[in-house]
Amino acid sequence: MPIDYLPILIMLLVAIVMAVVSLAMPHMLGPKIFNKAKQETIESGKLNYGDARRRVPVQYYMVAMLFILFDVEVLFLYPYAVLFWDLKWFGLVQAGIFVLLLVESYVYVWKKGVLNWE
Amino acid sequence: MDPQLVTDLVVHTILIVIVATLLMGGFAAMTVVERKLLGRFTLRYGPNRVGKFGTLQVIADMFKMFFKEEVVPDHVDRAIYLMAPGMALVPAMLAFAVVPIAQAPFVLPFEVFGYTITVNPWIADINVGVLYILAIGSLGTYGVVLGGWSSNNKYSLLGGLRTSAQMLSYELPMGVALLGVIMLAGSLQLTQIVDFQNAWLGLRWFILFQPIAFIIFYICSLAEAGRAPFDLPETENELIAGFATEYGAMKFGLFFGAEYIHMIVVSFIMATLFLGGWSGPFATQVPLLGIVYLLLKVGFILFTMIWVRASTPRVRFDKLMKFNWKFLLPLSIANAAVTALVAGVIFF
Repeated sequence: MPIDYLPILIMLLVAIVMAVVSLAMPHMLGPKIFNKAKQETIESGKLNYGDARRRVPVQYYMVAMLFILFDVEVLFLYPYAVLFWDLKWFGLVQAGIFVLLLVESYVYVWKKGVLNWE
Repeated sequence: MDPQLVTDLVVHTILIVIVATLLMGGFAAMTVVERKLLGRFTLRYGPNRVGKFGTLQVIADMFKMFFKEEVVPDHVDRAIYLMAPGMALVPAMLAFAVVPIAQAPFVLPFEVFGYTITVNPWIADINVGVLYILAIGSLGTYGVVLGGWSSNNKYSLLGGLRTSAQMLSYELPMGVALLGVIMLAGSLQLTQIVDFQNAWLGLRWFILFQPIAFIIFYICSLAEAGRAPFDLPETENELIAGFATEYGAMKFGLFFGAEYIHMIVVSFIMATLFLGGWSGPFATQVPLLGIVYLLLKVGFILFTMIWVRASTPRVRFDKLMKFNWKFLLPLSIANAAVTALVAGVIFF
């Protein structure tokens, strides 16, 4: 029922109000003393060089892709798990084939060495 | 509008404000409890100056955070930088909405000025509860990642990137581990999952049938909440403070609070899914007893989380990822498969 979700919406609003209030409090209560050093990037006391907006070698993009693949496929198993007691062996065999395909692609990814971190 | 609906909305709003305040209070209390316990684990006293046994440290810390100067450095992406702490806190709180804290007719409906007031022991009892928890849990990543990116600091950026990879990866075994629980309970609704566990004198807990799933879920929730030994997003000694390097005052406080509230909420979820939630001997007859049981279980889980932090060193990032992809994920799939087969052989 959509009405069941209404309390979650209210909670979302309450949480946002709380976050905004506690972010605004130091803005009004705290001192304001300008100092150039405060505005600089923290780099452990070394002289700053360059900007953080540059190309970084990201090894995580493979993980991101794998995550999307596996997470979506796992999501398909949730409806099956709910109907586990109704579908009996019929569902179990079908879900088993599905999981075997999943495991097969997992083994492929492993053998390709995608899961290794260089 | 229907006056009954308005009454319900008002009652709900009041309860939600109470719950949100309690969660914030829990965060404040946890900061001191954790420091106190960590002190004891390492043969120190922990905070003991402010108030009796350092109990007033909570209030001192709160005032300190509120009265700090608000610094917004020049080089940051202003809008996202200011929004990120809130985006970390809000999902952490929202996940609590589906946790039932006691037997359903918690307080019998009563009348005030002719309006019937019903108090439910949950905020929202939706039929996709577990899915909701996983969905909201992954939203929490945004706050941390955007905080790290918008700071325009190399340390923050690294912390943010690490967080995204870590949280995404650990969500997988977490979701698969829950498959066993859902299969046995036959429902995604948290109240029904607790009802299943409320047999055998309220001791038919899922940890008895799914011990491996519980351990996987526990490890993954440590990683999701960014707790030691998986506090790679922060790593004080290599990345200063990771994604929170450029944050100060209450903005840092909110990140900190998000971590603690996440930890508290995840303990509630773990207690509900694996340790029977509010169920226990005679919790059905005396609903108040259910809250006591639930709080005891949550307290125990929180204690073990602090214990783990005190006794394990931080893992290296590549080992963290390898552990997840090459050990936890296959283990959780095997767990789900074995559960299904065993249940099938015995009951079909």
